[in-house]
Amino acid sequence: MSTPVTLWTAMAVLVLSCISLCIGAGTFDLQALWTDGWHASEVEVLLVSRLPRTLALILAGAGLAITGLILQILVRNRFVEPSTVGTTESASLGVLLVVLLAPGMPVVGRMLVAATFALAGTGLFLLILRTVPLRSVLMVPLVGIVLSGVIGAVTTFLAFRFDLLQSIGAWTMGDFSVVLRGRYELLWIVLAAVAMAYAMADRLTVAGMGHDFATNLGLNHRSVMTLGLVIVAIVSAAVVVTVGTIPFLGLVVPNVVSLALGDNMRRSLPVVVLGGAALVLVCDIMGRIVIHPYEIPIGTTMGVLGSALFLWLLLRGRSRVA
Amino acid sequence: MTALGALSLVAAALFMTLEARGNWSFVLPFRATKLAGLVLVAVAVAVATVVFQTITRNRILTPGIMGFGALYVLIQTVLVFGLGSARVAGIDPRALFAAEVALMLVFAGLLFRALFGGSTRSLHLLLLVGIVCGTLFASIAGLLQRLIDPGEFLILQDRLFASFNGIDDTLLGTAAIVVAAVCAVLWRWLPVLDVLALGREHAIALGVAQDRMVALALGLVTILVAVSTALVGPIAFLGLLVANLAYMLLPTARHAVLLPGAALIAVICLVGGQTLLERVLSYDTVLAVVIEFAGGLVFLLLVIKGATR
Repeated sequence: MSTPVTLWTAMAVLVLSCISLCIGAGTFDLQALWTDGWHASEVEVLLVSRLPRTLALILAGAGLAITGLILQILVRNRFVEPSTVGTTESASLGVLLVVLLAPGMPVVGRMLVAATFALAGTGLFLLILRTVPLRSVLMVPLVGIVLSGVIGAVTTFLAFRFDLLQSIGAWTMGDFSVVLRGRYELLWIVLAAVAMAYAMADRLTVAGMGHDFATNLGLNHRSVMTLGLVIVAIVSAAVVVTVGTIPFLGLVVPNVVSLALGDNMRRSLPVVVLGGAALVLVCDIMGRIVIHPYEIPIGTTMGVLGSALFLWLLLRGRSRVA
Repeated sequence: MTALGALSLVAAALFMTLEARGNWSFVLPFRATKLAGLVLVAVAVAVATVVFQTITRNRILTPGIMGFGALYVLIQTVLVFGLGSARVAGIDPRALFAAEVALMLVFAGLLFRALFGGSTRSLHLLLLVGIVCGTLFASIAGLLQRLIDPGEFLILQDRLFASFNGIDDTLLGTAAIVVAAVCAVLWRWLPVLDVLALGREHAIALGVAQDRMVALALGLVTILVAVSTALVGPIAFLGLLVANLAYMLLPTARHAVLLPGAALIAVICLVGGQTLLERVLSYDTVLAVVIEFAGGLVFLLLVIKGATR
């Protein structure tokens, strides 16, 4: 049953959030909050740094998990997510171009450009996929990963030409240590995306059954597909612009959840959202503890954990997938 | 073949002489070491890829894509992490290299057995597992590099993690000997390689000890990959690019032609590419990026044309 699972995941997110609020480089003592009241420096740390960071973690985790789920349903492949279909890399390329051509652009404009690029990149991926003769299940992520590499090479090349190699490091490697009040608010857009995904859950599920089947059931396949991809592009762009890329998250979480709960999107959606938030919290907390008071960026910890889990998923389902 | 040889000579000559200002007695030795490094890497990668593709009998799987280069970097990082950078810095680079190659042979053997041990597995699964393994190795190496004290890491970085513009010249002599030895062995095996390309049943029917030869050839491939990674770092798609160019330009299955052909094409790509980028366009150090771009496109084209079937 999904209700107890949802409840447990929600509890986990709550506990992890409390831990995330309590650790960091600065000293932070919950007791001081009681004794000194609102004037304590702890309040400042909490409101300016810890709370925004924790919220950003939850929002980014939830958002990426949901983009993975939507992509997996629409592309009808278990192994796709923004970083394995070229969405993330395209968004990074978009950010780079904004930095090059219009450095003064406000962060919302930056995100919109990134989202446009992300959409175009995903479209290119789907186009290539259509021309591949043999549609093996594993061919899809393979094409996507290599396409990501090619787009990433373009980004690196441009960055190199214009001496921006160091700054692209900031958005190709996910890192929450830069999150402060006033720098993460863009991520609230994830909340809207989650709401929309929930409202569209049934239509997305039907669209995932294929063009002919969906049309037969009276669904405008094309528009649902487009809307789903737009949600994916906007969420990925928002995450790339604010914290950078977090690889494999969108792949791992929906797969593990569907192992436990099956494929009904309306039922698994809340668990996927909460699970994504929980996993990101765990990775970030680990990154903050291991070499305290320094930090390991979440892009690195998630790279290890995510690729290991991806391998496990690949080899576990070997008999059925291959 | 003659044309390829001539072209690679032209590329080398241009690399040595173009826009050379100042003292020739400085310029020539300086560029000669770089050229030697590039040629060694080109030969190692090309030969390793063609042999690997022969023993796995497909044209899209390469040691680079299978994460061998990333594995080498991981082993290197683990050594530094485990022994401490001060101790590693005190070891003779050649001894260190030998130890790393030995470890890599063990791990590559395990990886290979795990992947190819079962009867027939899906090629796509292998490719995907290889790519993800590469990501995993690179991520673990990245994580460990974060955990090493940053100051010590910086000291070691130049020496341990090479790139196209920072070719590790302490290893050039050793690398040249190793590559020459491996190539000499492979040269004697040319007929065997031709037979292996026919497939397991035919090879055994023709009297080749298939399992043993494949294992030995894989060992040699691993050594070549280790050499190229030690010199310039991991490059995923160079092998795929040059091997497929060789198949296209030299329509033969004979390794006596394919191996030198692929090596020459790799020399043209690397030396010519570096000359063009560095001297003509004055884009320093982006050769690796350009290779990844072109190699990725070749991969996509191969996939679209259905070469993996």
